[in-house]
Amino acid sequence: MRNVFLFIRRYHTFFLFLLLQIVSWWFLASFNRFHQARFLTTAQEITGSINRRYDRVEDFFQLRAENQRVHQLNDSLLNLLPANDLVIDRQQYFRQEGATDSTKRLRRYVYRPATVIYNSIQEEKNYFQLDRGSDQGIRENMAVLNADGSAVGVIVLVSPNFSQGMSLLHVQQRVNATLKKTGEFGTLEWDGAHPDRLLLKGIPKGVFLKIGDTVLTSSYSFNFPPGKLLGRVSSLSTDKSTNFHIIEVQPAANFRNLQQVFVVENLQMDEQVSLNREARKRIEDPKNRRP
Amino acid sequence: MSRFFRYLLRGLLLVAVQVYLLNKVPHLHRLVVPSLYFVFVLWLPFSLSRPALLLIAFLLGISVDYFTLTPGLHAAACVLIAYVRPYLITLLMPRDTQDFQYPEPSVRAMQWAPYALYLLVLTFLHHFYLTFLQWLSVGSFWSFLGKTFLGTLISLLLIFTADLLFPRQQSYRTNTA
Repeated sequence: MRNVFLFIRRYHTFFLFLLLQIVSWWFLASFNRFHQARFLTTAQEITGSINRRYDRVEDFFQLRAENQRVHQLNDSLLNLLPANDLVIDRQQYFRQEGATDSTKRLRRYVYRPATVIYNSIQEEKNYFQLDRGSDQGIRENMAVLNADGSAVGVIVLVSPNFSQGMSLLHVQQRVNATLKKTGEFGTLEWDGAHPDRLLLKGIPKGVFLKIGDTVLTSSYSFNFPPGKLLGRVSSLSTDKSTNFHIIEVQPAANFRNLQQVFVVENLQMDEQVSLNREARKRIEDPKNRRP
Repeated sequence: MSRFFRYLLRGLLLVAVQVYLLNKVPHLHRLVVPSLYFVFVLWLPFSLSRPALLLIAFLLGISVDYFTLTPGLHAAACVLIAYVRPYLITLLMPRDTQDFQYPEPSVRAMQWAPYALYLLVLTFLHHFYLTFLQWLSVGSFWSFLGKTFLGTLISLLLIFTADLLFPRQQSYRTNTA
């Protein structure tokens, strides 16, 4: 036993080195796999407040582009006003107003504004930080839309006053997407190569496509509201070995100057997710398998 | 005590420059990723003990990590170069720590050739380990190689520029003091 202690004392620097390496690796592994490391929320409160100060200065230089986006969104909202119609569709009107009655809830999505205080596009795994957290109603898995309504990412970690999102420019990001023209659905991914090229996978060769076609969020998505702009097809080729197109998509949101965003809550998400889980459990669990 | 605050200020400044300047400016190419913050480890005084060196490097790395939202990545690379640093110094300048006439590694303390080699080896190690860790989770072999070598080049350029622009005032140490 004494020799063991002597050995450790003799090589204490090396053991400290090993220990610190293991701690680093543990941080790295636990953060990337679960996005949940406990210590991170407190650290996020500190770096978040510094990032917010920096962002106040940076915002100033992007006001023009931001104004344009807000103006475009206002424009599209004006078109939805019930006063535009000769005959007011009551059903439609109630849905937009978010009216509820005693038996069921008509509203599905709630939008909350937030400001991006940190964002990167240089890495293969890009995250952004928002200045709203669990105290302001942000929760994990909520979708994030840009000021003009195009998709930006998904919230993965929440602390009391800040939250962190996984950008579309993240190699583990998967978003259900649909083609506006034909309605075919696929998955939008990123290979980490270039921030202006996302990949749309799972569109069969039979579908007729052209460069410039619009890609929207699908109604199959649990967190993104349907019909939000994801991007436009920028290049098109066919994979000879499979039955699918190789589609590159230019993202609609400009990730280089994200500033004001909306965090979207799907009020029925818990119900949808648990239904999905229950259904899988009932069908795929060998104990429940019917003879 | 003033020396402690000087190093603290230098560390904070380097982290701020790394996070808010070098990570924010559009990169020349996606493989050319400049980084400068780790020069703090290279410029720590000769007189620090090895465990202290490791702990300081870990703190530096983890503070950069919290800003770039990649906990553990830079910390691992910094700890590695902090571990290798004393061996490299002994190899390049075989003498006792008491015999160093300047407090920290610099051109004057080590001469040009050994100092350049010292920077090159540790910068390369830092980039190699950093991109290796990133490559483990994602990326192709060629982007790993490109990032390592191009990143080392651009970082060396930055370090030499910083060395020329901001000469560190170093008092010559004598036995009489």
